[in-house]
Amino acid sequence: MRALVLSIALIAAPFALKPYGIYLLSLWAVMTIAAIGLNLTLGYAGQISLAQASFVGIGAYTAALLTTNGWPLATAFVLAALLSFAIGWALGYPALRVAHHYLAFVTLSFGTLVFLVLRNEEWLTKGVYGISGIPRPVILGWSTKAPMHFYFFCLAVLAMVSFAAWWLIQSPWGRAFTALRENPTRALSLGVDTRRYTLMAFALGSALGGVAGVLYAPLVQFIEPTAFALGLSFNLLLMVIVGGAGRFYGPFLGAAVSVLLPEWLRFSEGLYLMAYAIFVMLLLAFCPSGLLGLGEKLWPSSKSAS
Amino acid sequence: MAVLEVRELTKSFGGIRAVDGVSFDVQEGEILGLIGPNGSGKSTLFNCILGQLPPSTGEVRLDGRAITGKRACDLNKLGVGRTFQLLQVFPQLTVRENLVLAGQEHAGGMWSRLFGPRDAGLGAAAERMIDFFRLRKLAEERAGALSYGQQKLLDVAMAFMAGPRLVLLDEPAGGVNLTMLGDLRERLRAINAESRATFVVIEHNMEFVMSLCTRILVLAEGRIIAEGTPEAIRNDPAVIDAYLGH
Repeated sequence: MRALVLSIALIAAPFALKPYGIYLLSLWAVMTIAAIGLNLTLGYAGQISLAQASFVGIGAYTAALLTTNGWPLATAFVLAALLSFAIGWALGYPALRVAHHYLAFVTLSFGTLVFLVLRNEEWLTKGVYGISGIPRPVILGWSTKAPMHFYFFCLAVLAMVSFAAWWLIQSPWGRAFTALRENPTRALSLGVDTRRYTLMAFALGSALGGVAGVLYAPLVQFIEPTAFALGLSFNLLLMVIVGGAGRFYGPFLGAAVSVLLPEWLRFSEGLYLMAYAIFVMLLLAFCPSGLLGLGEKLWPSSKSAS
Repeated sequence: MAVLEVRELTKSFGGIRAVDGVSFDVQEGEILGLIGPNGSGKSTLFNCILGQLPPSTGEVRLDGRAITGKRACDLNKLGVGRTFQLLQVFPQLTVRENLVLAGQEHAGGMWSRLFGPRDAGLGAAAERMIDFFRLRKLAEERAGALSYGQQKLLDVAMAFMAGPRLVLLDEPAGGVNLTMLGDLRERLRAINAESRATFVVIEHNMEFVMSLCTRILVLAEGRIIAEGTPEAIRNDPAVIDAYLGH
């Protein structure tokens, strides 16, 4: 029911918006995909990662490099997802040894490393000049050049990613991820191969970061390294936590707060960021389970639906 | 036939020998009690047998095959279950989900767990376990919302979800009230009679351990100081001196 209302609203929304509004909504869809990935790794499996922006970057550069050289975007989706999955899997290995803030630092360093590669390896990434003229795809003869058309394309990818994530969370894997988060020692004693699930949580979450990046490149049509620096990783982390970590709709809500709210509050100019900072502090102090957790506190009957 | 054989097992932490050259066998279908003062090495011994701590020296065999150093999750798949001294349920999952989780890794591979049935085909088994441990009214509750005693029952139920042949129970009666204690003992006896599952039980509640176990080992300072029937242990001067008191 909730999903249906949300879908109808999202399909109807662009008809009432100007191109910039549609752009923001597209950005929301892209960031939601990256946040869904991080929610798998962090929210469900409990493995902190401050490197999600790196995977968005890997996806975006894969798409930019391939499509500006005449390859179809579909190739970029496959390659970026596989590449992010493999790198995410490798990034999971430190998580087998360290946890919490130590793991945060490991992933933080990885994020810096990726940023440096994007900036310094000019032969591949064109460094600080970035890559421009990234084309939007034509799908079976249907051009997504217009903002609204590209938005629907983003929405379709978001729908597929959401379904896949929902499927996974409902499956025994989702239970194993939760067990990994809540009590890895006990999980191990019940036959849960915590090593494999930890790596899988990193790999799948990272792969979704890559998928988001593949959409991000043709959305903005110009990419450069700073877009994928630590700031975005923190922002994605905030989306997951503000929305409600470990809750299916958390990333949708968190990304909306992070992408759309700043625009709506523009009239307040400089005050906005302060208001936003205070809002986040209060939310996390009084309701660490995020906006959805707050909703459950206020309306207990909504609990089962999230 | 011995299901579990422990040979000269030693575990040192720095200069302290928490377990010091312990050897014993557990026969199939037996309920073996393991008692001793706090700090005598009982839980460390469990952790070494179950792959949660690597033993310093010694060997552990399951059905005659060496299992020393195997990971806990692999041992569990070989039919070895356990409960922990402190509560170990998953508070955010419901009682039913806790039970399904406890069995789901035993059948099929990773892919069948992703694309197969949501309950991993364990729905009926979980229902039976819920009835068997009288958790029916709580089946849909999050485990974190249960009382301590109820969580303890769930904890024990989870250890049996995968139909293990050998279960190591670390203080199953700790903090459980008298009524529930009788219940727990009765459930454990029923499982033992029905499936011929073998138990090793660490327990401080003497009444519980004496009435449940067929044989008892007494551990003190990392060594076995006595072994025998509950009756013999109760009257053993060394045990009275080290643990039971006069």
